[in-house]
Formats: sequence, C-alpha cells, structure tokens
Amino acid sequence: MKECIFEIISNKEIAYNTYELVLSTPGGAHGVTNPGQFVNIRIEGFFLRRPISVCDWDDNSLTIVYKIVGKGTEAMSSMAQGEKLSVLTPLGNGYDIEALGGRPILVGGGAGVPPMYGLCRRLIEAGRKPAAVLGFNTADELFYKEKFEALGAEVIIATADGSEGIKGFVTDAVKELEYTDFCACGPEPMLKALDKTIAQGINGFMSFEERMGCGFGACMGCSCETKYGYKRICKEGPVLERGEIIW
Amino acid sequence: MVNTIVDLCGVQLDNPVMAASGTFGYGYEFAELYDINVLGSFSFKGTTLDPRFGNPTPRIAECSEGLINSIGLQNPGVDKVISEELPKLAACFNKKVMANVGGFSIEEYREVARRLGECEQVGWVEVNVSCPNVHHGGLAFGTDPQAAASVVRAVKEVVRKPVIVKLSPNVTDIVSIAVECEKAGADGISLINTLLGMRIDLKTKQPVVANKMGGFSGPAVFPVALRMVYQVYENVKIPVVGIGGIRSAEDVIEMMLAGASAVQIGAANLTDPYVCRNIVRELPEAMKKYGITDLKEIIGGAHNG
Repeated sequence: MKECIFEIISNKEIAYNTYELVLSTPGGAHGVTNPGQFVNIRIEGFFLRRPISVCDWDDNSLTIVYKIVGKGTEAMSSMAQGEKLSVLTPLGNGYDIEALGGRPILVGGGAGVPPMYGLCRRLIEAGRKPAAVLGFNTADELFYKEKFEALGAEVIIATADGSEGIKGFVTDAVKELEYTDFCACGPEPMLKALDKTIAQGINGFMSFEERMGCGFGACMGCSCETKYGYKRICKEGPVLERGEIIW
Repeated sequence: MVNTIVDLCGVQLDNPVMAASGTFGYGYEFAELYDINVLGSFSFKGTTLDPRFGNPTPRIAECSEGLINSIGLQNPGVDKVISEELPKLAACFNKKVMANVGGFSIEEYREVARRLGECEQVGWVEVNVSCPNVHHGGLAFGTDPQAAASVVRAVKEVVRKPVIVKLSPNVTDIVSIAVECEKAGADGISLINTLLGMRIDLKTKQPVVANKMGGFSGPAVFPVALRMVYQVYENVKIPVVGIGGIRSAEDVIEMMLAGASAVQIGAANLTDPYVCRNIVRELPEAMKKYGITDLKEIIGGAHNG
C-alpha cells in the first residue's frame, strides 16, 4: 500500500446516482493485482477517506464505479477531469482467480457489480467461462450490462421491479444456472440470501463492506469474527471464503 | 542546526513525535510504508490479559475534523502480544516502545503491566484508565482520582520502568486526577484519550456505531487537549505527554508550549499513514520559523508569560 496522487481522466454518471471514475495511473502506480481489491480516496472537506472497490485497471488507468450514498460520494461526483485525488492503493486481498473453477458465477448487487467486472475480465482472459448475475433495484440503476457482454460472458440481469431482465433478486436468477463455484459482492442481506440459495459444498467467495477508519489494518474499526478467527475486512478481507463466514 | 531531542521519564527521544495507541497497531503495518525508526517512539495497541474481539460493528463514525471509534480494546491478549507481536515489532523498530495497558480490574492492570514491563523493547508502560468503549473498566478507573491512583500504585509495585497514566478528558476536574496519580507514584501523565461522542444516521434514525457512543478524536479536539495539557502541566512536576488532534509540526510546538514533553499523534495516522514521518521531517523547519533552536527548552513555555 502507498499513497498516490492520481489525475482524473473522466468522472461521469453511467446510471441513476452511479458514477464511473477513471484515474490516470502511469506505470501501473496503483499496484492493484487482484479484482476485489479496493482503494481509499481522500475527498476535500471530509475527515475520513472513502473506501471504494476497484472495477478495472490496466497499466495506465484505474476505474472505479461508485454510487452516491452520502455527502462524501456526492462531493466526489462533482469532481472534474484534470483534478487530482490522493489515493491509498492497493488495499485488501481481492479474489484469487486460481482458486476458481471453469464455470464460476459472478453475482453482483448494485454497487457490488463493479468488482465483478474486473474479475470477469480476468477469468475470461484465463480461459474460464464465467456467467455474470447482476441485480439492480430498477432499470434506471442498471450499468455495465453491455460491457460484461463485450467480454464474452453470459449475463443475466435481475431487477426487483422487473423493469429489466428477470423480475426478482439475484437469488432467483442463480437458481436457473449451473456452475462450478461463485463469487459475490453486494449488500449483506443479498450475500446471506445467496448463501442460503446455493447448495452447501459449492465453493464461493464473498466481498464484505464495513465502515472503516483507516482501510489499511491499523485501527481495527472493521473487524469481523470468522471461523478462522478475527479478521479485518480491510486487510484480511474484503473477500472471505464461504466456509469461514459466520452469518 | 536545531535540536529535537527530548527526555521522557529518563529515556531520551530523538524527537518528541510518537504515534498514539490504537492508531499504529504494533508498528509493522506502517514499517511497510516508511522506516518507523524516524519516530521518537510509539505506543502500541492497548493490551489486556485475555484476547478481546472488542465491540460489535459498525465501530466507526465520521465527524467534522475527526471520527468516533468504538473498537473496545480489540487485542490478542498479553501472551500473544509478547510471543508474536513484539518479535515482529523488533524486526522493524530498534527503539524503546511504549506498552499500552488496558484492564478491567486492578489485578489485571498489574499483571499485564508487569509482563509487558519485563520486555526488553518496552521503555515505558502507559496505563490506560480512560477507554470510553468498554464497560466495567477502563474509564471507570479514570474518572475517579482515588481509583486512578490505586491502579497506579498497583502497577508501580511490579513495574520498574517509567509508568505513564493515560487520562480521560471525560471528567470535571482533570487536574485532581493527575495530581492523585502523581502522588501515587506515576512517572508521567499522557492526555487526552478520546472524548465520549455520538452520531446518529438520519436515514436509519439510529446511532451510527453499534455501541451507540464512542470516543471522538481528530483535529477538532486539539484545543480541548491543549487546554488540559496546560492545566495539568501547571499542577504536576512529572512529564506530560500531549495527545489530541495533532496533525502538523506546528501543532507539536503548540502542545509543547502548553507543557508537553512529548506528543502522540492518533487519528491523523488513519487518514494519512505518513503523517508521523512528515511531522518529524517538518519539525526542524517549523522550529526555525519560530526561532526555536532547542525543542526541550520550549516545554511549558506558554506558562512563563
């Protein structure tokens, strides 16, 4: 982890209250190695940084997609091209694609969709055949469907109000699929419901959210209890194995 | 050339900049970022007799110029701190470290302090009688002068190294507590721990942190900390460690003018992990700017006017 100052290449609304921010990171300065890792961004006027998962990256850029959930992310949404951001990066463990089988399903709910994109891309590059199950409240909030399809992934959309794709939740969509294992990111009730839906014995990895102080393991603000002992969501997480999670 | 060397209870510090307990782990997370030997020292995560998970999450709430934390003394317990954490710390830090001790009974304080005090790396034992985040302990000892003094006496019986008592600002008369601790044999006073605070989420209409209240710290508390350091310095002879909202070399100088022999930086580490290193770097320049050549000579300087 280190602090980097990155310039904003673009910051645009891609769905209702949802923004895609691309940062210039010459020479791979972001240090991100695994999908599911996150960065912690300083926003002028706010004491704590904002931890946001990485959506995608290459050597010279880092993309995050964030939803406006409070004043900090609202302030972030008004930042313009050319402005500079202080970013702590890379943070957290992320998903280990070597631990996944030939046909993983990637389940993203709302603001949990973005890390599934970077994961999907790398799985396809590694010759796997992932399917993406993306859940939103309504069609206005939907994003990245075409981008997942462009990667060559099978994409199933579920919206709570039925305005796009399957009417219902990601758990309804998952029931129709066959898969080797799964990865998921989204609100905790979604993760819990998914754990109940997917047969025991199927391997999976889930990314968790928690209010963080530092984001790099110093303050113990985001600790959780797992079957393997205490973990910090920011350091030993945010991705936990299905088998270790205590619901 | 300027001189940043100070003395804390007979142990020389290259500079007065320390990281505060609970914001710096056992040092090695930060040693990945910079050589932490540039610090005067630091106080490691508060240690109790048994392992503690701490409080339920959420444990963090943001505030203007600060944050509320409700960690609840999460730590692996004194056995593991000695067998696992201190060896890792020794690999990246070759100075004396301050051992922060928490407890729920006088016996617990005494036992944990005794064991940590015997560790070669430990230069001072900092007794935390001021944690606002645990029930039946911590703060209960820090809000009553006699109770605080009895913890100090018990710890002093078994610790040969300097014993520093970390005091709570959540009291009506900080001076009387500091004075009783000094009478009980404390070698130093560190203050302030966090201020008891609260935030309520307007969407859920419920407290943000699961424990409802927590400890408020950050730049917003600096004037409160400064005032308490000033008051305590006037009334005790033992050294004072100033803690609370420091984030710059200027803040360090101001805190020392109020009476601090050394300072600890807490909340700022969480948003800028390089802040302690940067303060150490900027200190000589800030000293020159204010005409200071020997830092230890300014301790309590604001009282001479």
